[in-house]
Amino acid sequence: MDYKDYYKTLNISRDASPEEVKRAYRKMARKYHPDVNKDVDAEKKFKEISEAYEVLKDVEKRKAYDTFGSDWRADQEFKPPPNWKSRYHKTSAGPGGASTEHFSDFFESLFGGGRSPFGAEDLSSFGREHHGRGDDLHAKVSITLEDSYHGAKRTITLNRTTDDGRGHLTIQPQSLQVTIPKGVIEGQQIRLEGQGNVGYGRGAHGNLFLEIVFEPHPLFTVSKRDVFLVLPVTPWEAALGSAVAVPTLGGKVDLKLPANSQTGRKLRLKNRGLSSKTQAGHQYVTLAVYTPPAETVEQRQLYEKMAKLMPYNPRSEFGG
Amino acid sequence: MNQEFHYIVLDDSMTLGVNEICTLCRVGVEMVNELVNEGVLVPEGTSPETWRFSAVAIKRIQVTLRLQRDLRVNLPGAALALDLLDELEELRAQLKKIS
Repeated sequence: MDYKDYYKTLNISRDASPEEVKRAYRKMARKYHPDVNKDVDAEKKFKEISEAYEVLKDVEKRKAYDTFGSDWRADQEFKPPPNWKSRYHKTSAGPGGASTEHFSDFFESLFGGGRSPFGAEDLSSFGREHHGRGDDLHAKVSITLEDSYHGAKRTITLNRTTDDGRGHLTIQPQSLQVTIPKGVIEGQQIRLEGQGNVGYGRGAHGNLFLEIVFEPHPLFTVSKRDVFLVLPVTPWEAALGSAVAVPTLGGKVDLKLPANSQTGRKLRLKNRGLSSKTQAGHQYVTLAVYTPPAETVEQRQLYEKMAKLMPYNPRSEFGG
Repeated sequence: MNQEFHYIVLDDSMTLGVNEICTLCRVGVEMVNELVNEGVLVPEGTSPETWRFSAVAIKRIQVTLRLQRDLRVNLPGAALALDLLDELEELRAQLKKIS
């Protein structure tokens, strides 16, 4: 198990005052909150700073943590000392309290309480009198644009509480295969009914909410349901109006360019975007005319001939 | 595990009444009222009894709750953050299109 340097996580010195700890945490929490920061690492970072703050904001926990910190060296494998009493292992949060579910093994070995906010027995006695819906779970699922275009299946793994059949609840990683419906778009949620945590007592299971995140695509960008592509074309294709094979998420299609097209001209391929059952998406193709380099004498002469044959001033708007 | 699960895409082709929204998001009617008054949620219909919310509202409520819990912002603050996040997303999409 790795030792966690909570001071480093919050970027503060070991003698930081409680106010400094709070300030550092709040500033970083705003920056890395996964609803605010779209970076894939933001969620992990947010958990790390929350864990660090959980320890450093509490005088007792910070004192206990500092006791190890003074003896620990970077090349050491971390183990709690044998005489470490589990007096901190009672810091559990009940339902609705601050969840420590995602804290590290390091945190749990010191302060416990993490994986199971209350022991299995406590829970079942709690369950006898109270029945409540299990907690909802939230996860992000990263898919490709092709997955959305065609629809797909994805296997995801998440930690959730389950009943072993004898009334004991444990939190463990579980894999489930989920359907990615055709035409889901970034930021949208899919609700999987009853796939959250197990209920309290005879309460129903919670729900699982999956938020769609798109992996970057080498060719296409998207905005809502529409797909965008910049299509390089030669001057003769643009001028003569050739048919060009254009990649789409569903494979190549032939696109007939209008004659005398210029760079920046936007063409639409109907229904080639991320269409769902009820809403259509299109692909927009923006032309970019690429000029072949004049390298040989012959090629240069050809350009010179064009200059004579087709006098053209693309800067006529500038006047003069 | 190759089980198939019942799933629903929470997009704007689906609408929900105020009670369904409250159950799904585990909030009281009061909270939904406040969110409507703050302009975070814009339901169809003129009275709470006839309100229909797009399923996209679910995420807005969940994000609001998380911002309130994790960053200790009040409701108007969370509403402002949501609006700014929407705007940021639009600008990012435009930036991607032109770059």
